[in-house]
Amino acid sequence: MASLQPLTALGKREATAVTHGPLTITERTDVALASVAARKGRMADLSAAAQKAGVPLPGPATHQAGIPYSAFWVAPEMWFVEAPHATHELIADLLKSALGDAASITEQTDAWVAFDLAATDLAPLLERLCNVDFPAVPNGYATRTVMEHLGVYLVKHGPGAARLYGPRSSAESLLHALETAAHSAF
Amino acid sequence: MTQSHRIDGGLIDRTKTLRFTFDGIPYQGHPGDTLASALLANGVRLMGRSFKYHRPRGPISAGSEEPNALVELRTGARQEPNTRATVAELFDGLEANSQNRWPSLRFDAMGINDKLSAFFAAGFYYKTFMWPKSFWEKLYEPIIRRAAGLGSVTREEDPDAYDKGFLHCDLLVIGAGPAGLMAALTAGRAGKRVILADEDFRMGGRLNAETLAVGDASGADWAAAVLAELAAMPNLRLMTRTTVIGAFDHGIYGAVERVSDHLPTPAKGKPRQILWRIYAGKAILSGGATERPIAFENNDRPGIMLAGALRAYANRWGVKVGERVAVFTNNDDGIRTALDLRAKGVDVVAVIDSRPVGDLLPGIRHLHGAEVIDTSGKLGLKTITVRQSNGATETIAVDALGVSGGWNPNVNIHSHHRSRPVYDAGIAAFVPGPEGPPGLLVAGAAAGQMSTHAALKTGRDAAIAALDLGTAPDLPQAEDAPVRISPLWFVHHGKGRAWIDQQNDVTVKDVKLAKQENFTSVEHLKRYTTLGMATDQGKTGNVIGLAIMAELTGRSIPETGTTIYRPPYTPVAMGALAGRSRGKEFKPFRLTPSHHWAKEQGAIFVEVGNWLRTQWVPKQGETEWRQSVDREVLATRKSVGICDVTTLGKIDVQGTDAGAFLDRVYANTFSTLPVGKCRYGLMLREDGIVFDDGTTARMGEHEYVMTTTTANAVTVFRHLEFCRQCLWPEMDVQLISTTEAWAQFSVAGPNARKLLEKVVDQDISDAAFPYMGAGNITVCGGLRARLFRISFSGELAYEIAVPTRYGDALLREMLARGAEFDPVVYGTESLGVMRVEKGHVAGGELNGQSTALNMGLGKMVSKKKDSIGMVLSQREGLTDENGYRLVGVKPVDPNGKLTAGSHFLEKGAAPVAANDGGWLTSKVYSPHLGHDIALGYLKGGDKKIGQRMRAVNLLAGLDTEVEIISPHMFDPEGVRLRG
Repeated sequence: MASLQPLTALGKREATAVTHGPLTITERTDVALASVAARKGRMADLSAAAQKAGVPLPGPATHQAGIPYSAFWVAPEMWFVEAPHATHELIADLLKSALGDAASITEQTDAWVAFDLAATDLAPLLERLCNVDFPAVPNGYATRTVMEHLGVYLVKHGPGAARLYGPRSSAESLLHALETAAHSAF
Repeated sequence: MTQSHRIDGGLIDRTKTLRFTFDGIPYQGHPGDTLASALLANGVRLMGRSFKYHRPRGPISAGSEEPNALVELRTGARQEPNTRATVAELFDGLEANSQNRWPSLRFDAMGINDKLSAFFAAGFYYKTFMWPKSFWEKLYEPIIRRAAGLGSVTREEDPDAYDKGFLHCDLLVIGAGPAGLMAALTAGRAGKRVILADEDFRMGGRLNAETLAVGDASGADWAAAVLAELAAMPNLRLMTRTTVIGAFDHGIYGAVERVSDHLPTPAKGKPRQILWRIYAGKAILSGGATERPIAFENNDRPGIMLAGALRAYANRWGVKVGERVAVFTNNDDGIRTALDLRAKGVDVVAVIDSRPVGDLLPGIRHLHGAEVIDTSGKLGLKTITVRQSNGATETIAVDALGVSGGWNPNVNIHSHHRSRPVYDAGIAAFVPGPEGPPGLLVAGAAAGQMSTHAALKTGRDAAIAALDLGTAPDLPQAEDAPVRISPLWFVHHGKGRAWIDQQNDVTVKDVKLAKQENFTSVEHLKRYTTLGMATDQGKTGNVIGLAIMAELTGRSIPETGTTIYRPPYTPVAMGALAGRSRGKEFKPFRLTPSHHWAKEQGAIFVEVGNWLRTQWVPKQGETEWRQSVDREVLATRKSVGICDVTTLGKIDVQGTDAGAFLDRVYANTFSTLPVGKCRYGLMLREDGIVFDDGTTARMGEHEYVMTTTTANAVTVFRHLEFCRQCLWPEMDVQLISTTEAWAQFSVAGPNARKLLEKVVDQDISDAAFPYMGAGNITVCGGLRARLFRISFSGELAYEIAVPTRYGDALLREMLARGAEFDPVVYGTESLGVMRVEKGHVAGGELNGQSTALNMGLGKMVSKKKDSIGMVLSQREGLTDENGYRLVGVKPVDPNGKLTAGSHFLEKGAAPVAANDGGWLTSKVYSPHLGHDIALGYLKGGDKKIGQRMRAVNLLAGLDTEVEIISPHMFDPEGVRLRG
């Protein structure tokens, strides 16, 4: 493989982890990401191919976990598919092979910074950041929202577990917003 | 002075003593005190000066409606003006100062205004400062501003932080008095998600200020028990110190939580306040009612207070405002004050009851049919003059007077959607109208239900109705006294001033004057007299003012109506509205993949939207930006330069109709572009004006990668989505932004290919990768990458892209492996120099007013197909042969200076608009040519090549003779480009 040494979205060699009180913010650099959008009129083909390939295509506002592929809905007939970076760095090529011409597939891995948020209860943090009713939505809820002017995807894995995808170029600003809110909330 | 006016009882913690100062004098109070209650406990009645006449004033209320007792809290950067002493929670070390007085509160030189009051009636400013016109800004306004006004600001930056947040609930209960508590209890026990918000630091509302029982307990104890139950419910959120400031659309309410105002400074990392946006399924307004005074001569002296406030200070705070107290009332609630004060051992010397008949209070001098007609006492009340029912007058020595003119339901929140309250003659007050914000119910005194029982019942019933509940708690026993009131708005007596709106010094006389001058509409009355403006928004004065106007005009009160209620309910700190968006955190930054490398080099950054782009990279010894930029440009044209162009928008366009889609959004054709090629594209708006430009590459049969300008990356994407979703939903096209996914560098200069060959794994010779080629490659031993042979500099140039995480490494690798070519990293300034030298358009030319024809790109608008903007770009006005055309410009004298924004004028023409020939859009210094060069739009410019004109900028003092030249000022044949 190439000799180039990657930098994280925060400009470091290793993923960043921050702890404040009960909250841990962990940068995830080990996730490969690609968008999958059904070609016009090809949803049935896509569903069949996806099922065969083990790529979940959950319904609106939903994340579905799987191995190696997990996915969350982002728009009508469009999903973001996650997979381990170590084995699926070429996620777009792998999905193209699996799903054929029924979908338009685009690598999104480095378009985003991913943060895992962990605490006993994330509601006090998230209510200071976005207008998602975090306590009320079910586990596996995935939505697009805005935090400190930044468009982000928020995926709820539990009352105290969530993943956030934010624009990679603003990773430092987003982390700052998370930390500031954490100091306010906890 | 040690709390000379403190009496027994109250909800204060006497085991702890808090020290504070007012105007530098030390005092003591207790936890549970407000600044006002603590000052009153220390015998201090004088707390401020009035707005216009600088009259001595004390508090008239015990709540957020306070018009008078406005003080400056704290000192230094945290000094806050116009804070109501009646709601400022006491803390140890609090420093408060009076405001709007000089040199001191007791002796205020501006008190002369009071003597000159005859000149300062309503409309005074409008009539007096009309002429000469020029005096307004320099003379009149500064004088008025100094003389009038409230507190002062420090002009220091606010050191505190403010948060914004979002809350969701089934039911928002606004106000935690008996109605609110009962509503919250009902909904809470039913398992609903409830937010109970109250502006006070102690919930319970009037229950804390009354001696009335609820069930077997005192009202305060019942409230405490309910609150304890609510606090234990996981589905219930109690928000004290939280004012719901407005009802907005779709069940959204604004609320300000004062997290740290009761502390000397906020705890580390904690905000001072939070502005909450509350998404409520339903809401109940249970905000209680506000007592109103009665207007009579000199009714504004310190010591004259709302009767309910006098009672609250005694019952809740253990404070007697005076030693000898009288009550002036037109309703039974005033009687309650007299009884409570007497029970507290206060000497109640008289009850002046304007109602002609009624029961007599045992043991208290109770004068029916009597009115207070005047008072005395310069800095505090000394006597009142009473006119008895038989016309006899009597002067009574008192140092406190409680006045009750009835209670106004707090309808504000219910009226924020312009719902007009309706007049209820039974309680002589306005109650919420039939049409409030959807989903908002009203309960308790806010709904005109004035007894404790009615408050409890309507609170419970509102919760049942709002949430469609089947079961509900039993109601505790509580008083259910009717409202017995005989309206009295002002006392007809004498020619002195009787205050209605104490904050704005509006008197009965002013209302009469407004009526006399035909400002009889309440909205005109407000603006003419300033009634109901400023921090209290007329909470105590508005209804009296409009009732007096009704009486003067012979109209009924309902016919007269109220002014419009608008948010916020109480004043909101500007910081709370700003939240975290201030200073460097005003907006998020976007950092390029080369940011960290550039920072190491000491690069200068420029903000481009949210991006921080490298503007230039100074080397040691370079003291001035031009040195760095000239070096970067010369080095690039001599050998090779690298520029981070990640910021340009990248949009992945896929689908079987991708080519056809691009044909429709671009003015030129893309469906014919071969795979592996890229093409410059021009995108028009519907009106035919150029929207954006960029290159788009065809990476596969059904896969294109579009680039946009940095500035329009988002707007172009949004536009394309609109086209895809709304204009042509039948097309098979999928879009996604990949701007951030790829780190992209321009590599330009005669040695660009040689440098790239050091990192690219494939053959990129001219034959294998010709001009305008595009494709997927690998670099540095297998990393996926993209290469585009495009040039913005006029040099042999490529743009190479790798996944963003490898961008930093690729840059370092190119610099290291290509060291033999002495590569330079250049910034946006050098980029600009080279593109102007080549005549490429950018922001200055893509100005939202220019067509392709203007830019010399008219032929790019294909007539063989339809595309957005194509038809309208052919409009007569846009195709004028002598319209603006892009030209190059150079000074005739190489030392001549140019500047963007200069206008073209013929030699000898006067610099007036009629002679304007166009303007310079972009200007740079060309180190190759050795002089300034510019691009510009010149009328008929394409026919003026070679002519001499002037570039005139009156602002910059420039009038330079210039030669009009081709915009292609460097290597016009493009020899270097094709390398």
